[in-house]
Amino acid sequence: MDSIIRIENLTFAYGEDFSPAIKNLSLEIERGSFVAILGHNGSGKSTLAKHLNAILIPTEGKVYVNGMDTSLEEHTIDIRRSVGMVFQNPDNQIVASVVEDDVAFAPENLGVPSEEIRQRVDEALKSVGMYDYRLHAPHRLSGGQKQRVAIAGVLAMEPECIVLDEPTAMLDPIGRREVLAAIERLRSKKGMTVILITHHMDECIDADRLIVMSGGKIVADGKPKDVFTQVETMCAEGLAVPETTELIYGLRAAGWDVPLEALRVEECADAIAEFFKKDK
Amino acid sequence: MPVIRTEGLSHIYSRGTPFEKLAIDNINIDIEAGEFIGIIGHTGSGKSTFIQHLNGLLPPNRGKVIVDDVDIASSKAATRDVRFKVGLVFQYPEYQLFEETVYKDIAFGPKNMGLSSEEIDRRVRAAAGFVGVSEELFELSPLELSGGQKRRVAIAGVIAMEPKVLILDEPTAGLDPAGRESILGNIGYYQRTTGATVLLISHSMDDVARIASRLVVFNEGRIAMDGTPAEVFERAEELTAMGLAVPKATEIALALRRRGIDIPQSVYTTNYLRKLLINLREGDEQC
Repeated sequence: MDSIIRIENLTFAYGEDFSPAIKNLSLEIERGSFVAILGHNGSGKSTLAKHLNAILIPTEGKVYVNGMDTSLEEHTIDIRRSVGMVFQNPDNQIVASVVEDDVAFAPENLGVPSEEIRQRVDEALKSVGMYDYRLHAPHRLSGGQKQRVAIAGVLAMEPECIVLDEPTAMLDPIGRREVLAAIERLRSKKGMTVILITHHMDECIDADRLIVMSGGKIVADGKPKDVFTQVETMCAEGLAVPETTELIYGLRAAGWDVPLEALRVEECADAIAEFFKKDK
Repeated sequence: MPVIRTEGLSHIYSRGTPFEKLAIDNINIDIEAGEFIGIIGHTGSGKSTFIQHLNGLLPPNRGKVIVDDVDIASSKAATRDVRFKVGLVFQYPEYQLFEETVYKDIAFGPKNMGLSSEEIDRRVRAAAGFVGVSEELFELSPLELSGGQKRRVAIAGVIAMEPKVLILDEPTAGLDPAGRESILGNIGYYQRTTGATVLLISHSMDDVARIASRLVVFNEGRIAMDGTPAEVFERAEELTAMGLAVPKATEIALALRRRGIDIPQSVYTTNYLRKLLINLREGDEQC
């Protein structure tokens, strides 16, 4: 596997008096893949995310980004160019009073020539569907629009990998849809590695790989279909399964022969309709 | 007599400037004592503007808010009284904690009401109990608590004023499923035990569908729908057109109807949908 990120026996504690937030975790992430990380608050998922671009350095173990050890300061800038981060609260990530200035902030700091900055900013804003707002004031935008500007700000650094830490948690359904559509375009058009940290089940359904965290460890790892069908494991971790899975699980308990892997609404309806036909 | 009534309530932001915006337009609603109402609408629909009128934080440009048969703008005393009768918990209330200890923070509201220290103490303990904040936390600084605990403390601070009407703006925003479930459970328990009127603002249909007995949908500054959850979700297509997400169970029910399975549109919980499907099939077998 061509890995962009490799984590070896990572343990991290926020201080000597604290119990570790991550316990002896190992993980490789394939270049170009879409990985969703699911877990409840306190599961260690945000702590893990902050290790991916050297915001946090392991207490024990190693994290490598493109083969670079994150604990060595000489690599920090290169690592942050390779892996960009988007956080939960859009209001905390915007620094300028005009949208395009905000997006230009990072490449300016990286010393990119101004011609190229112009080009990168335009392209980044287009890829999140915010180009028409380039001269607007960020504080007058909606939450979903601000979050897309924050994503554009990361894209302007041209990272290989983008890590989004609960980017939709503070958004309304429209904002969520806008941000998820922007993420989908990064994957399909740009082939970027996308790591999405979330507690929304339905945001994980389209991922290539779903990792479930609990108590600082990985408790499930596989294709979303394979992970969500482990209904008992998910419930034991205090996590819900998608409502489609919950419904089919209940029907199967009543003796119906319906496949548990039907995660999307349309697939679920197909499976149930098929069962009705068959039975008549 | 309704506990809250609004008559022709309208509000315009930034009046007389290029940013002028009619946020709510001629809202007429009666809220009866003891109701549990879910208020739904996407960002900018006017729902937050509406609730800020209910305890006098925003004065109406037109129309009236009547609480307990008194126009809240009729006198200074009425405007002051309404702050204690109608308690408002804002979005992300944990950012508003400021006292040195959890106990003092919860006690702040009742203290301002001029109550005796015994009464304040009783209310602090009762409010903390409702939201699941244990007394061991009372002497800690709010800063030492987790995000979920902070939010509970902030809600307790409003409950401790024992308002007749409790309004919560997105109390579960940003919480994980377990945290959401637990806070909604606490609010439901509070409502059942005290008989208080509760208004819960949310854009999670799944949350309000399970907990509220009446849903009011805001769209473009007006009330677009008002009824039981079953009545409102029967209009799933209209809700989707307004940019609102309907509960997953309703989505599945709609998809099944499109496939010719005869399911009523008003389904909004997975449990109910499962029972319906099983009944449908048993009906088939009996034929």
